[in-house]
Amino acid sequence: MRAVMRLNPEDRSKMGGRIVAGGQDVTRMSRRRLNRFRGAEAAMIFQEPLLALDPVYTIGMQIVETIRVHERISRADAWARALDLFERVQIPSPERRLNAYPHELSGGMRQRAMIALALACWPQLLLADEPTTALDASVQIQVLLLLRQLQRDLGLSIIFVTHDIGAAVEVADRIAVMYAGRIVEEASARDLINTPRHPYTIGLLKSRTHDAMVKEHKLDTIPGAPPDLANLPEGCAFAPRCYLAQDACRRGVPDLQQLEGGRTVRCRRIDRTAPELRSAAAQ
Amino acid sequence: MFAYAIQRILYTLPVMLGVSVVCFALVHIAPGDPLISILPPDASSELQERLRILYGFDRSYVEQFFMWLARVLQGDLGTSIASGRSVTLEVSRAVGNTLMLAAVATVLGFTLGCLFGFVAGYFSNSPLDKLASAAAVFGVSVPHYWLGIVLVIVFSVGLGWFPSSGAGPGGSANWRFDYEHALYLVLPAITMAVIPMGIVARTVRALVADILAQEFVIGLRARGLGQFHVFLHVVKNAAPTALAVMGVQMGYLLGGSILIEVVFSWPGTGMLLNTAIFQRDLPLLQGTILVLATFFVVLNLLVDLLQTALDPRIKR
Repeated sequence: MRAVMRLNPEDRSKMGGRIVAGGQDVTRMSRRRLNRFRGAEAAMIFQEPLLALDPVYTIGMQIVETIRVHERISRADAWARALDLFERVQIPSPERRLNAYPHELSGGMRQRAMIALALACWPQLLLADEPTTALDASVQIQVLLLLRQLQRDLGLSIIFVTHDIGAAVEVADRIAVMYAGRIVEEASARDLINTPRHPYTIGLLKSRTHDAMVKEHKLDTIPGAPPDLANLPEGCAFAPRCYLAQDACRRGVPDLQQLEGGRTVRCRRIDRTAPELRSAAAQ
Repeated sequence: MFAYAIQRILYTLPVMLGVSVVCFALVHIAPGDPLISILPPDASSELQERLRILYGFDRSYVEQFFMWLARVLQGDLGTSIASGRSVTLEVSRAVGNTLMLAAVATVLGFTLGCLFGFVAGYFSNSPLDKLASAAAVFGVSVPHYWLGIVLVIVFSVGLGWFPSSGAGPGGSANWRFDYEHALYLVLPAITMAVIPMGIVARTVRALVADILAQEFVIGLRARGLGQFHVFLHVVKNAAPTALAVMGVQMGYLLGGSILIEVVFSWPGTGMLLNTAIFQRDLPLLQGTILVLATFFVVLNLLVDLLQTALDPRIKR
């Protein structure tokens, strides 16, 4: 996520390949171009707004500053826009909240303020890095709905990273499931939920708590633990935990395969995953 | 903010009371009869008794303390035994000189310390950082009286650029704002600034490194803020702590400059303390310490208030 904005320390990270946003390759931007890209074309919402906002500036000051870095606009006009943004993200008594410091707001309010800040220059791309993880369940759903609504109103593209597949279903049009740093399956939200094809996706969906609420029913889990990212197993990273793994799976990373309906899967055993899901649905 | 200020000012009252108790006790903890230093060795016991009553030494300590306190509150710190002049007068003149020196040294030390600290923290582990950190370590560890003597040897004796001692031409003890007097200020001020410079530089370096490692800096960069704007945020985050450190350092400069003032014969409070100690001039010692302690308390109060104004996270 941070790589998209090239926020990782340059001297300590290696970058390869291309990152294309709005037809521009981010990896080849000059420093100056990059600063214009950040905030104005692509903006980011962080997991923990209390840590991601400067503690000694008011929210309003931070929004005004961001706007004025990117646009030639008077302080008063920037402030007016900040107020408008706060109304858009449904913060009650926005005037007062603009003058508040980050620590003076509640968790949900802070995340809304963070969203307002990210939208300050009307970016086309919004990167949301687990934005609801730090919030409690009732506030989570409000923020998800807000993001969904803003996406529709402003014509935003949102990349939403989450560990909570329920949250993904709530906001996403398309879902890409990642395992150990690689995309293993990508499909429209409906297809992915109804007919998962990668064994990891299947395991993930089965381990949701819904069924476990029934008496005498054990919660399905995926055996084993995620691999060490600095020392990935050869071949398919999921193979050591996969019930379908064969010797072939342990040799070479499988390619992404195109399936019908514009979906892709990174697995050698998809011939076996289609019937598997039928029995899973029957349960 | 206002209520906090009032509260904070009220807190200084018990501190000041404690300070005055200690100052008063000094006279009585010091070994020997305070009268012995005043009286000639062959004074009659009758005269001793009269003086004892005159000075109030026949009353209880508590009574004496409150009598003394009452006079102090009216601005009367007693009379110097050695010079026979009013302690208030002597101290206030010395305070003026010391304040001048401390103010210049503070500005110098704080500016250089912040500069070195910010550079070192911002470009940490670069050659610049190594250089600035080395300067800071030098500042903290070099004995400043030694540095003072070396500076005198090089710049007064060797090069003849600056006078070596005193606070003005012809041994004048009164500060005036002119070029002549300013020359006398240069060497002691530099010597004095070295320690706070080192301490501030090291604090600020650690602060800046700490702030830069925080997530909000990534947040700032993600908004498209350039180096300069990010730097402004770092400065604002570092300011309250840096100021607090400087406040404490300035307190030390006000009172702890005995060695430097003696090396440069600067007629300030440190010099006065030195004289008072060697001449066993208890009223003078008492008065000087009381005034210096008051400075410390007031300075801490000011720093606290300033910090509250700067850092919104401190409860208002």
